[in-house]
Order: sequence, then structure tokens, then C-alpha cells
Amino acid sequence: MSSLLLAAASVAKLKTPHIDYLSILPILIMMGGAVLLVTVSSLFRQVMGVSSATFITVVTAVATLVAALFQWHHVTTRGAQVTIAGAIAYDGFSVFIQIVVAIAVGLTALIADGYLKRENMDGPEFHVLAMLSASGAMLMGSANDLIVIFLGLEILSIALYVLAAFNHKRVESGEAALKYFVLGAFSSAIFVYGIALVYGATGSSNLPQIADYLSKNVVASNGVLLAGLALLLVGFGFKIAAVPFHMWSPDVYQGSPSPVTGLMAAIAKAGAFAALLRVFVSSFGTLRSDWQPIVWGIAILSLVIGAIAALVQKDIKRMMAYSSINHAGFILLGVQAATVRGVSASLYYLFAYTFMVLGVFAVITVMARDGDNGHQITDYRGLGKRSPLLALALAVLLLAQAGIPFTTGFLAKFSVVAASVDAHSYVLAAIAMGSAAIAAFFYLRVVVTMYSPVGAVGDLSDGDGTYSSGAASATAPAAGSGDRTGTSGDETASSDRVASLTVLTEAPPEASVAERVVVVPRLTRVAIGLCVAFTVVFGIFPGPIVDFAHQATLLFA
Amino acid sequence: MSDTAFPFLTTLILIPAGGAAVVALIPRQRVAAWVHEAVGLAVSLVTLALAITILLRFQTSFGGYQFTSDHIWAKSLGIHWSLGLDGISLFLVMMAAVLFPLTLLGARVKRDPRSFVAWVLLLEAACLGSFVSLDLILFFLFFELTLVPTYFIIGGWGYARRGYAAIKFFIYTFAGSAFLLVGMVAVAFIHQSQTGVLTFELPALMHTHLSGTAGVLLFIAFTIAFAVKAPIFPFHTWSPVAYAEAPTAGSVLLAAVLAKLGAYGIIRFDLNLFPQATRTLTPVLLTLAVAGILYGAVVACAQRDLKRLVAFSSLAQLGFIVLGTFALTSQGLTGGVIQMVNHGLIIAALFLIVGWLYERRKSWQVTELKGLQWSAPVMAGVFTAVMLASIGVPGLNGFVGEFLILSGTFLVHRWWALAATLGIIIAAVYLLWAYQQVFHGEPTEPDKQTRDLGWTERLVIAPLILLIVFLGVYPKPVLDRITPSVNQLIAHVNQVTHTQQPAVATGGASAATGTGTGGGLGSGSTSNGATGGGH
Repeated sequence: MSSLLLAAASVAKLKTPHIDYLSILPILIMMGGAVLLVTVSSLFRQVMGVSSATFITVVTAVATLVAALFQWHHVTTRGAQVTIAGAIAYDGFSVFIQIVVAIAVGLTALIADGYLKRENMDGPEFHVLAMLSASGAMLMGSANDLIVIFLGLEILSIALYVLAAFNHKRVESGEAALKYFVLGAFSSAIFVYGIALVYGATGSSNLPQIADYLSKNVVASNGVLLAGLALLLVGFGFKIAAVPFHMWSPDVYQGSPSPVTGLMAAIAKAGAFAALLRVFVSSFGTLRSDWQPIVWGIAILSLVIGAIAALVQKDIKRMMAYSSINHAGFILLGVQAATVRGVSASLYYLFAYTFMVLGVFAVITVMARDGDNGHQITDYRGLGKRSPLLALALAVLLLAQAGIPFTTGFLAKFSVVAASVDAHSYVLAAIAMGSAAIAAFFYLRVVVTMYSPVGAVGDLSDGDGTYSSGAASATAPAAGSGDRTGTSGDETASSDRVASLTVLTEAPPEASVAERVVVVPRLTRVAIGLCVAFTVVFGIFPGPIVDFAHQATLLFA
Repeated sequence: MSDTAFPFLTTLILIPAGGAAVVALIPRQRVAAWVHEAVGLAVSLVTLALAITILLRFQTSFGGYQFTSDHIWAKSLGIHWSLGLDGISLFLVMMAAVLFPLTLLGARVKRDPRSFVAWVLLLEAACLGSFVSLDLILFFLFFELTLVPTYFIIGGWGYARRGYAAIKFFIYTFAGSAFLLVGMVAVAFIHQSQTGVLTFELPALMHTHLSGTAGVLLFIAFTIAFAVKAPIFPFHTWSPVAYAEAPTAGSVLLAAVLAKLGAYGIIRFDLNLFPQATRTLTPVLLTLAVAGILYGAVVACAQRDLKRLVAFSSLAQLGFIVLGTFALTSQGLTGGVIQMVNHGLIIAALFLIVGWLYERRKSWQVTELKGLQWSAPVMAGVFTAVMLASIGVPGLNGFVGEFLILSGTFLVHRWWALAATLGIIIAAVYLLWAYQQVFHGEPTEPDKQTRDLGWTERLVIAPLILLIVFLGVYPKPVLDRITPSVNQLIAHVNQVTHTQQPAVATGGASAATGTGTGGGLGSGSTSNGATGGGH
């Protein structure tokens, strides 16, 4: 490929565009981190363990974050630009997405560390793939051209397909990956075809040029353009798991390794929504009367079906899959509004959701037994007694997703609903809030289960004699020590496996799930702590993040 | 209008909120359980002291908002941390500040008192915050925040069907508020389109011009949320089960304080924001109020379970508050406001006594209890006083509110007032019947063994009885502070809807103290024909 390019350049003096490295610095750092990690680990295979890979990943994520913050400073002082021959948008919006994705990768690395050690999956491949898929999501956020969006989409997706299959010991993992791959490849094909049709109708794949063309020309017969638009929407709908393109997500969420599911929920949504917002709101803004009703319908279907289907789930990961469909519906409210307020509300929602969903999947990860099983909601019974802090963290994160005040979850819902009302979509806003009430039920169900004693079936029999289960109290001291934040990490990691093994060998498998000691690895503890702290602190003092999202939208290129 | 340098109201919210965090952080293992309870009690007493300071510094004759503070909370969303207090909210704050320490002392729990105390303090912060918020979204935040501690209190410490009760409570109220949020945002954007300013502050939004349909739709969106929370018939179905299954503290706080959030929301937001729609829909609300009064009373008659009986009596009492509010006369509204406070004190005392009875006998079935006045004379005496107040016997606080409500309603909506009076009679029937069953008659062996109230319990109930008697005998200081704000609100409603209330209806305070009883009723009925058609 490169030799071909060189050959072409030498013959025809191909003019290469000036490359503004600053505008893609975070993406370069993220990709560079992945390449560095894979190189170093293949050279020093014996020395490199999971811990060093995690370290490099976290350092890369932090470096990306720093670069993005520097970009933010640059963008706010110099204004938005379009760089690299119009292929990359360098504006507040893209920087915002870089920051969200970088944070998601850092948190996922922290969560995955304990998971990989528990599942005996040595090697840096997980982290390499996570960073690669993140760079794809970041590229989607910066892309200013449909082809570049497609590039980002594929980089994101292909790495995620592999990650979904990462736990080769689980049959479900392979099944999930295959399903994700087949449907994903199919939707990519639809997306590319959409690009082709749009290119055919407008003569460009560059987003500003498309907008320019549409504003200057009245397309008399715009069937091709609308068909292309519809196909693009289908492609995006698949990635954000909006109804009716959501069929893959419950199976994939359930089957993928838990840290991967969290990463998938966070970055695939961030990248796809970023591109969706940029394409539809800014490029096809003039056609909004054509696409708004469709997005309206998709949003309502996602809100309602996501909330209702989640009610009947017994597996917490499937429940979270439907919950994420419901959240996608909420973010679509901002898209449907197609205003500055709507875009900034969607951005804020993505930011808040990243922390909420990663925190929840961090807890799910540590709750799973060896082999990443035990995701039944009933497995959470009695967690409030066994590990009060872990249960409290999960309760806060789930309640935040339900939209309880003084959390970022409330402000996220509030801002998208406000945007929707501002755009006079009252029915949509009312349905969204109604679905939030339905959704509250299944989040609460998990919380109730956590604070119910082990062994009880259904609702409890006696008010005064709660938590009398002997089995739970027998393991309580161990759970307490594991939950304290002061214990040293190495000791925890080793005692973790011993403790869970002893319980597994002693107790019959059915009971062992409920009575098992949950020991949270130190790094996961940090990740959960960060997620909860962000959700609560910026729920109480919302100013910085809300204004950040608002400013990011104003600097839309 | 920041008349004080010291942020009284912000402190009032932050003390219990901070107290909740402190209690939650005191370790459970190394510290005795009573430490958590003592810290919780101390925090709620400090809150009470601050509330009393506020009461003493309150300017009696001023009808507007006092102790205001206004800070930007989320700039690009237009949300302000805007607090203020007027005569309508003043005594609700006082009532909440009085009831929380009494609840912490009088309705203690055996299991995990640390979490319990922390949740109760958080609930106090949320309730006080709701009563003093002047920003719609801030109000909504506190309004919704009350759900979380209440949910955990019911679900964690309740009786047999607590899980079901807690979820039902949460989902009902959460679903109700869904429309409230949409409505609030819609009002703000309509205001923005008229003035160019995005704000959620009530004093600014109350001058928004709304078309008839928009006003009615928004009124419905707001009122459903408040009707569920209050609860107003037919949105009450969560409440009997929640009241009955909640622990004593939960029932007390639900019925006495949280229920008032709904009624308060109607007065504060519906009347201020949608005067025209309020007028239009008055007949509907009045009918629901009367239906609630009669339904609650009749169903209470059929109860054999003391706690459920009290729960349904509460539903009937809330009907009175709504009735007085939607009479839209100064008298009726003053009655509604003071009845919120009175009902809070009465229902708290009733649920406390019923809870103490359960501690002794593990039963609420009236058929299993008999002749308790011999073994527990103090309990019987206290129950008598509270029961009489609840029926509305003159000289006790229940009378003041009910009289003002009925006379205020009678002036403009005679038949509804008449039907509501029936509810008072039925209330006397079921409460006296319950009293007879439980405290009179020939005691059986377990009845003779029943302990009387202990010293802590007497200490808890004494302030309530004192307040019940004091407000019944001399309500003037309370009415003096409520009336200016109520008059201002009624004037706002009348100005927007171009109506006038009967002149006699403004004499709320004097009529209630007993001096103008006959005249008030007499002239009210004569002027009714002239003014009744004015709306």
C-alpha cells in the first residue's frame, strides 16, 4: 500500500495535504500506546505481565487526556478549525469526545486488570485492542468526512469484535463475538452503501461540502439522497443499539467479558453518537424535516422497548443491555431536537453515561465468579450485608442511571428533556420521562435484591428478623476486610482467589454464589470510586461539566 | 431582597444533609449503636433551633419571600440555587423541624440504626429543601430526592410486605413526577420565548402568559405529580399500603411531612403559575377532594387494623386541605395551609401511638385489643386528645383548620362544603369506635399486662400535645404570619383571572379565633348568590 503511494507520488508529484499533527494528537497517542505496548510485550514477553500492560495503558490514557486538554485550551483560544484537507474537524466537539473516550479507556484498563488476573489471561492483548478500538471512537468524533467516519467505525468495531470473543473459555463469549461480527459487518456494508448514495447525490463525502451543497441547491428529486441518509441512519442505529437495530445487543452484552461490555457501552456509543450528531445535525441540518420524524420514532421505540424489555430480564448484563437501549433513546432526544441545546445535552449525557455504565460494569466484573459467570440478579442478594461499600456504589450508580436528583444521571436526563421541550417535542419528552419511571423499576429491583437477605424468596417474611442468615454472617468478616480500602493490593489479589476457591470447594455450587466473598481488586476499587465520585460530585456541583459540554457545542466547526 | 447576610435557609438544608453524611461515616463496629442515634438527634435538634431562630426573625406582616438567597447553580441550564420562605412555607418548615427529632427519638429501630438515622436526616434535608426552594428545578430535585431515603426506610425497616410497598411508593411518585419535569421545562421555555431569559425561578415565571389550553395542560402535568405525592383521590392507591407497611418513623414522616409536599406544591406552583387553569379546573379538584374525604372516611370505617384506619383517615384529612386550597378564598386557603401543619402534628401523634401499641402487643387488630385504659391510662389519655383533635373538636388544633376550610369553601362552593362536612361526622364515628374497641371494655390477660407509655415516649408525645392544644386555643400568631402571604397569593390569582372573592372571606384570622363565627357564616351564605357566579 505504502509503496504504491510512494510510487504514485514519485510519478505524478502527488500533492499531499499539510498534516496538522496537533489536531490528531490524542488519536496518535492512543494508537501509539497500542503499538508501543504490542511491540514492547513481544520483545519482553517473559517480563511483561498484566500489571505492566495495565500501567502502560493507563499512562497512555492519561497522556491522551492531557493532550486533549491542551487541545481544548488551543481550541477555546484559537477557535475551531478544519485540518488535513478537510478530513478532520478540530473543534470543541471533537475534543470533548477525545476526553470522554480517553477516560473510558483508562477506567476500563483499571477494571480489566483484576479481571484478566482472575481469569488467568496473561498478556497485553486486551489492553492493546481496547486502545485501538478507542482510537477508532476518537477518530469518529473528529471525522469531518464520511469516509473518515467509516474508517473510525471499522477501527472501533473490529477491535471490539475481537474483544467480545476475548474470554475463549466461555462459549457465550465466542457466540457473542460471532453475532456482533456478522451483524456489525452487515451494518457496516449498509453504512458504506449509504455513503455511496450520499456521495452520488451531493458529489462529496466531505461533511461541510455536503452541507454547502444542500444549502445552495434545491434537489428536485432527492430519492437517492434520502435513501443514503436512511442507510446512514441504519448504520448508526446499529452502533448505538437503537430499536429496531438493537437485536444484537442483549446477546452481545451478556456474552462478552464484563469489562468489554462496559467499554463497548461507553465508547461505541460515544463514537457513534458523535458522528451521528455531526452528520445529521450539522451536515444534513437543512433536511431535518425529513429525518426528524424517523429519529423521533426510533427514539420512542428505544425508550419504551428498552425500558419494558429490561423489566423481565433475569441476567443483569442483559438488563444493562436493555437499559443502554433506553439510554440511547434518551440521547436521541438531543439528536431529534437538532439544536445547539440538543447537541450539548447529548454530549453531556454521553459524558455522564460513560462513568455510570463503566462503574456498573466494574461492579458486575468483580461480582462474577471465576469464568465470568454468576450474573443472575439473584446472585446480588445479600450484597448489602456482605460488602456494604460495593453495594452502596452499585446502588448509587444504578439510581443515577434511573435519574435520581443530585447525580449526573438526573442532569443528563434533564438536559435532553429540556432540549426536546425546547424543540416543541412535548410528546417525546413526556414519553421519555415515562420510560424513566418504568426504568426506575428495574434499577430498583437490583437495589432491593442487594439489600435483601440471602435465602429469602420473593418479598421478606418478617420485618424484625432480617439478615438473620447464618451463612452470610459467617463470611461477613472476610467480606469486610476485603472491602476496606486500606488493604494492600498484592495481599488482596492472592487472598481473593484463595477465599473464593475455598468457598467454592466447600459449598454446593448453588449456595456458593450467594454466600461468596466479594473481594474487589485495588485498581477496580479505584475505578469504581472514580465513577461514583464523578457521578455524585458533578451531580451536586454540575457547573463545570454542563458548561464544558455547552462550550464544546458552541465550538462546533 | 437578601435581607440577611447569614444564609439561614441554605444552612437549614446543609445541617441535616451534613449530619446524614457524618452519621454514615461513623464506623459501625467500634461504636455503640446509641452514638449514631444521639448524633442524629443532636443534628435534628440543631436544625430545630435554627428553624426557631428563623421563626423569631420572620417579619410577620410581610407577605413576600424572606431569607432569600440566590446563586447560580448550573449556568447554561438556567438553574439557580434560589431559596426563600414566606408565611405559607414557614410553618411547614417548623412542623418538619419539630417532627424529625421527635421521630428519631420516638420511633427508634433495633436493626442497623446507623443507616436508619442517616436516611432520616437525608430525608429531613430533602423535605426542608423542597419547602424553601423558589427555583422550579431545585424544588424538583429536592422533591425527587425525598424518594430515595423514604424508599430505603420503608424497604429496610418496614413490616411484612415492605418490599412491595417500597417499590409501589417509588414507582407511583416517580411516574407522577415525570410529567412535572416536562411541565416545568415547558413553562420555562414559554417564559424564555416571551422575555428572552431562561430561568426556572418562580417569582419570574409567575408572570408568564399562558394560553388557555397550554395552561390547562401544564396544570394537569404539575397536579398529577402533586396529587400522587399528597395523595389525592384517585391517585392514592400506593398510600395505604406504604403507610401500613412502613416502620413507625416511615409512616409518621410520610403522612405528616411528605404528604404535605404534594399539597404545598399545589399551593406554591399551581396557584402561582396557572391561576387561570386553576380556576377552570376548580370543580374537578373540589370534587376529587370531596371524593377523597368521603372515600377515606368510609373505607376507614371498614378497617379492623388500627394502622390502616389511621392511614385512611389521613387520606380524608388531605381531602380537606385540597378542598380549602381550591376554594380559592383567603379563608379557605389559610385554612388549608394551617390544616397542613395541624394534620401533620395530629397524624404524627397518631402513628407514633399506634406504633408504640404494636411494640407492646405485636398487633393492630382492634379485635385483639380491649380495655387498655386500665393498664395504660396515659396512652389512653393521649390517644383521646389526639383523636379529638383529629375529629375537629373546638379548642384543639384540628378545629381551626377544618372550620376555616369549610367556611371558606361554603362562601363560594356551598354543596361541596356540605358534602365535606359529612366526612367530619364519619371521622367521629370511626375514631370513636376504634377508641371504644381498644381502650374501653373488659381487658383480657394480655391487655392487663400492657405497659403504659415510658418516659421517652411521654417526652416525645408531650410537645405534640402541647402544640395541638396551643394551636387550638390560640392560633392567632400562626394565622397572622400565614395570612399576608395567602392574601398576596389570592390577589395574584384574582388579578390574573379577573375575579373577586367575597369580602367576608378575607377575615380569616378573626373568624377563626371564634369572635366572628356566626357573622362569618351568616353573611357568607348571603353573599354567596352574588359572588358564586363570578367564575
